[in-house]
Amino acid sequence: MKTMNRIGLIGPIVIGLLAHAANAEPILIGSKKFTESYVLAEIAKRAIENTGVVTEHRPGMGGTIILWQALRGEQIALYPEYTGTISEEILKTPPSISAGEMREQLAKFGVGMTGELGFNNTYALVMRRTAAEQKAIRTIGDLRNHPELKLGLTHEFLDRRDGWRPLAEKYQLPTQNIVGIDHGLGYEALRNGSIDVKDAYSTDAKIGENDLVVLEDDLQFFPRYKAVFLYRLNLPPEVVAILRRMEGTLDEKRMIQLNAEAERTKNYARAADLYFRDGSSSSATSIGEPFGHKLRRWTLRHLQLAGLSLFLSVLIGIPLGIAASRGGWVGQVILGFAGAVQTIPSLALLALLVPLPFFGISVRTAIAALFLYGLLPIVRNTATGLQDIAQPVRESAIALGLEPAARLWKIYLPIASRSILGGIKTSAVINIGTATLAALIGAGGLGEPILSGLNLNDHVTILQGAIPAAALALLVQWGFDLLDRLLIPKGLRL
Amino acid sequence: MTLSMNALVQLTGVSKTYGSAAALHPTDLDFARGKTTVLIGPSGCGKSTLLRLIIRLLDPDAGTIRFGGAPITPANISELRRRIGYVIQDGGLFPHLTARKNVLLMASHLKWPAPKMETRLAELCALTRFPETALGRFPLELSGGQRQRISLMRALMLSPELLLLDEPLGALDPLVRAALQKDLKEIFSRLRQTAILVTHDLAEAAYLGEEIVLMSEGRVVQRGTLDDLRTKPASGFVSDFITAQKSIALT
Repeated sequence: MKTMNRIGLIGPIVIGLLAHAANAEPILIGSKKFTESYVLAEIAKRAIENTGVVTEHRPGMGGTIILWQALRGEQIALYPEYTGTISEEILKTPPSISAGEMREQLAKFGVGMTGELGFNNTYALVMRRTAAEQKAIRTIGDLRNHPELKLGLTHEFLDRRDGWRPLAEKYQLPTQNIVGIDHGLGYEALRNGSIDVKDAYSTDAKIGENDLVVLEDDLQFFPRYKAVFLYRLNLPPEVVAILRRMEGTLDEKRMIQLNAEAERTKNYARAADLYFRDGSSSSATSIGEPFGHKLRRWTLRHLQLAGLSLFLSVLIGIPLGIAASRGGWVGQVILGFAGAVQTIPSLALLALLVPLPFFGISVRTAIAALFLYGLLPIVRNTATGLQDIAQPVRESAIALGLEPAARLWKIYLPIASRSILGGIKTSAVINIGTATLAALIGAGGLGEPILSGLNLNDHVTILQGAIPAAALALLVQWGFDLLDRLLIPKGLRL
Repeated sequence: MTLSMNALVQLTGVSKTYGSAAALHPTDLDFARGKTTVLIGPSGCGKSTLLRLIIRLLDPDAGTIRFGGAPITPANISELRRRIGYVIQDGGLFPHLTARKNVLLMASHLKWPAPKMETRLAELCALTRFPETALGRFPLELSGGQRQRISLMRALMLSPELLLLDEPLGALDPLVRAALQKDLKEIFSRLRQTAILVTHDLAEAAYLGEEIVLMSEGRVVQRGTLDDLRTKPASGFVSDFITAQKSIALT
């Protein structure tokens, strides 16, 4: 009876706590890896937060596919998107599809779409004004006669269904002088003349800043890219209402202005402020997160990513290394696998993991990728450390009558400890460096300022992430040197 | 027959090949309790192989090895190895453990009570004339002779019925070597230790061995005392081997 009473008492409390936890769960807003997407997401965040609902912005989560998968998988609640991208990339329908049909098809994925926010941010090709005037290039068609021009295109544009290939086909453009380049870095390359033409968004602040011209799309190739928000249909109606209040409030001029503000002040929240200050909805003031606070958040997350993945690498890597040290085909397979993983570029590894069911856009994925990278040094050093043990020592351990497990724990592993620790140290340093890429899938860490700095072409912001990351790597190195003294038996350090 | 009744180790038809090269042709051999037998012969004659077969660092291709009457099998080998001491030329000491821990390793693994371990350790230090003050040193901090004394102490720690020594003094300089030979002889006789010693040095064999087994190319050529070998050589090889060793000793 007593127990029953207790459960009767505790039950509602637990349920209440759970419900509270569910309420406190912030609404996650995603954004793509470019200024405008950041700014729109910040505006949405501000608008929703003004009603007292907790939100969180996961900035710069890579490309369309990653965000769409995250939205479908309910890992984020909303993100800004463009109608052209929805028809071309997500639904893969002809651009003539109506907004109603689009909504109908999106609803099948549990996704809703707001009305257009106003501006059309279509793809465009841009050139330096001087170069364009000199060569009398005004339209995309004019490029046909200039195969000597170097084109630097973003990787997404190179691969899109409404991107480079069909564009080149429609306009019969020469295709020999093309390089893939990051969007932010592309402007730098354009300015210093390493490339002559690049793809851009028609609301890019950089077009005005850098005195670039937009080449006229004389054959009307590019579809319309009207900005909207995509959101989960199970979002509370009051939140959807807030998003819909933004419909029609942003024209091209206003968006370029906000983008320029963001890039000028290196602060997306400031740009979002500007929207509210001159706009209609609200009068929120900026409460930018202080730098010290941000740095702490980035660093802690970074350590969490690198630390957890390293822990897993050690946990799995040492037993694998022991198995590999015995040679034979098992050893070959283990070392081969660990080596092969490391040849996959880190970005590609992240992209490969994201579509898998358990992973998606999450810290989990980043940790899994880092774990895989960390394996090889630990496996290899464990294996060689064990193989390098002198034959007489090995045979003495056997001849004494130690069982295999006791030989491993009391003799072999301690003797190999220096090599194993060396492998762990290498993994740790690699992980600290590679963990900066976690920001690409919204997992945070010191890569966050690096990415947004690359994006804003702002060296100070890049250094805000790069310097602490380098310092961390040095600290880790130093920490391991200390650990060496604690863990490596004295007899081996003579 | 009486000899085999008293045998501690008994090899029947034991052979071993590495690839196509025969390291040991099928061999029958007994080692009597309480005696020191020396295996001697040129490099590659199979004497070390024979020792490694007994401690089962190598598996024989054919034949049976009995220890105290029971065949050695993979199932009982760990337990049997604790009744056999094994000392090698290099010492094979564990570099991460102090001299003391090297000696006590098996006893502490078998959870001996501390006082029993301390008593035994002191006994062994006295027996091998190893300074107790040097027990805290690591192998790299010991001289070659000290390392071999520790290796011997480690092998004797559990009071083994059989002691196998594979060129234990091979890497030592002559003075240290002579001192250790003398100590070994004393230890063997004091403990009435059954021992099999491998060496390629006839003088050492004659000094330490009550019986000598001369081997060549994977076969036992002759067995007996040094006198037997000298006066009744079984083949030209035996007299050649003895003559060659003498002339080296003279120069």
